[in-house]
Amino acid sequence: MIEANFHLDYSGFSLNVELHLPEKGVTALFGHSGSGKTTLLRCVAGLDRAPKGRLVVAGDIWQDEAQGIFLPTHKRPLGLVFQEASLFPHLSVRKNLEYGMRRSGNKTGEGFDASIALLGIGPLLDRAPDSLSGGERQRVAVARALLTRPRLLLMDEPLAALDLKRKQEILPYLEKLREELDIPVFYVSHAPDEVARLADHLVLLENGQVVASGPLMETLARADLPPAFTDDAGIVLEATVTAHDPDGLTRLEFPGGHLYVSYRDKPLGSRLRCRIHASDVSLALTAHGDSSILNTLPATVQTVVATDTPGHVLAQLALHDGTLLLARITERSRLALGITPGVAVVAQVKSVALLA
Amino acid sequence: MEASSLSAIWLTLKLASLVTVLLLLVGTPIAWWLSRTRSRWKGPVGAVVALPLVLPPTVLGFYLLLLMGPHGPVGKITQALGWGVLPFSFTGLVIASVFYSLPFVVQPIQNAFEAMGERPLEVAASLRASPWDAFFTIALPLARPGFVTAAILGFAHTIGEFGVVLMIGGNIPGKTQVLSVRIYDYVEAMEYGQAHILAGGMVIFSFLVLLALYGSRNRRGWSR
Repeated sequence: MIEANFHLDYSGFSLNVELHLPEKGVTALFGHSGSGKTTLLRCVAGLDRAPKGRLVVAGDIWQDEAQGIFLPTHKRPLGLVFQEASLFPHLSVRKNLEYGMRRSGNKTGEGFDASIALLGIGPLLDRAPDSLSGGERQRVAVARALLTRPRLLLMDEPLAALDLKRKQEILPYLEKLREELDIPVFYVSHAPDEVARLADHLVLLENGQVVASGPLMETLARADLPPAFTDDAGIVLEATVTAHDPDGLTRLEFPGGHLYVSYRDKPLGSRLRCRIHASDVSLALTAHGDSSILNTLPATVQTVVATDTPGHVLAQLALHDGTLLLARITERSRLALGITPGVAVVAQVKSVALLA
Repeated sequence: MEASSLSAIWLTLKLASLVTVLLLLVGTPIAWWLSRTRSRWKGPVGAVVALPLVLPPTVLGFYLLLLMGPHGPVGKITQALGWGVLPFSFTGLVIASVFYSLPFVVQPIQNAFEAMGERPLEVAASLRASPWDAFFTIALPLARPGFVTAAILGFAHTIGEFGVVLMIGGNIPGKTQVLSVRIYDYVEAMEYGQAHILAGGMVIFSFLVLLALYGSRNRRGWSR
């Protein structure tokens, strides 16, 4: 467990968090701008010092103001990747990589070849940071952080400064990272798709407070989150590719049922994450054969809550195995269909966003 | 060229070189502090450093003369230490010049440190570099254009000074008589030919210095 408690007051902003976070996997710190997610990360990094704070990582105390302990950033075994490319412009890619490696006591260059292969930056080693694209620079920055053999990797919106194409180019590397890395990663983001794709654990922040913290899929399916989070509401599930049909559809199976999506070039048996937006789910009381919507899942209504948008509500549904779905419908339809907790419905899924 | 001209040139170059080295040593910590501090003393200290920009050199020279003279506080200390008094000596000239040219060195370096921002140092810290380590391996190299500008301006400005030199160093050939004062003497004595050699030389020298400065700025993208 990583224990992170921080209380600080700036003029006009205060951060009050008490978190217990898993020691492996990717923890996403998600929130809108001004929610305190970057400040939280900076406190973990030791770049900002919360006057009341305690941070314990893998049993080591990095900060405990009650005991007067505060390790400065350069004494913390962490890796840090910033939003914008932060390579040292006067050093070549290789020298950038070596900078942290040597200072962290990694004299033998342990993991050098592996990190370079993992991030695909072998051909860039002798280039100047200036001559790299934004995506390449971020990959080098990630490798540079990994080469210090950190016990915790911190990433502050590493994709936010990149355009969509570059994002698509770098996301697979981050995914590989998630699979191969055995250290915890804190990933700050305000992009729901990135979080859905990369995170295992989710911390939602609003106005410097933690509004939810839990496993990703469970937390995304919650209907009791503050209205600010209902706009992007949607669940994530992990499914297995079980068939490629000749008419151009791929069949995905998950414990709660199956879904058809357009053909995906993935071998049978491979696992995919997909995201179903609440606004892409509509409800019917009976299964119609005369609808064009292909993906229908029988479910039971759990709760119905108000949203940020006037006239709309959010319904939480449970499939037969307990998998939760969210559906966004109008209050008028809710009344017309009599959608209340316990009612059996058919969820019609208009589209499924595949995240890999 | 007369021997007194040559010795004035030599003295001027010696003075400017020594002053530039001292200014970089003294100016760098001041510039670093000014660029990083949130202290309420930042304003007053910055203003004091910038004073020579607006004060007539004679004012600066006058007070330095009083401070370092036999009855001034600094003069009393130097005498007690057995160093004698500083005015009308080369050392006195060096000290006065350091004050006089300080803003020309501090400000470019301070600007370079400020333009760099906190980020490179935060990154260095995340890569286990101690603050000193980060200062020497990251901050100094990144601020290099500021140092080049500062050194050139400090050197050139020291070469061009007149009022402070006259107030504090007088006009002792071979000891405190620098180029600008030598030219003044030639003009007073109506030796325009000799004055032209030195004055024209100064114009060409100054032009070349500035050309090197601005030319290098355009050529070299220091963002790289």
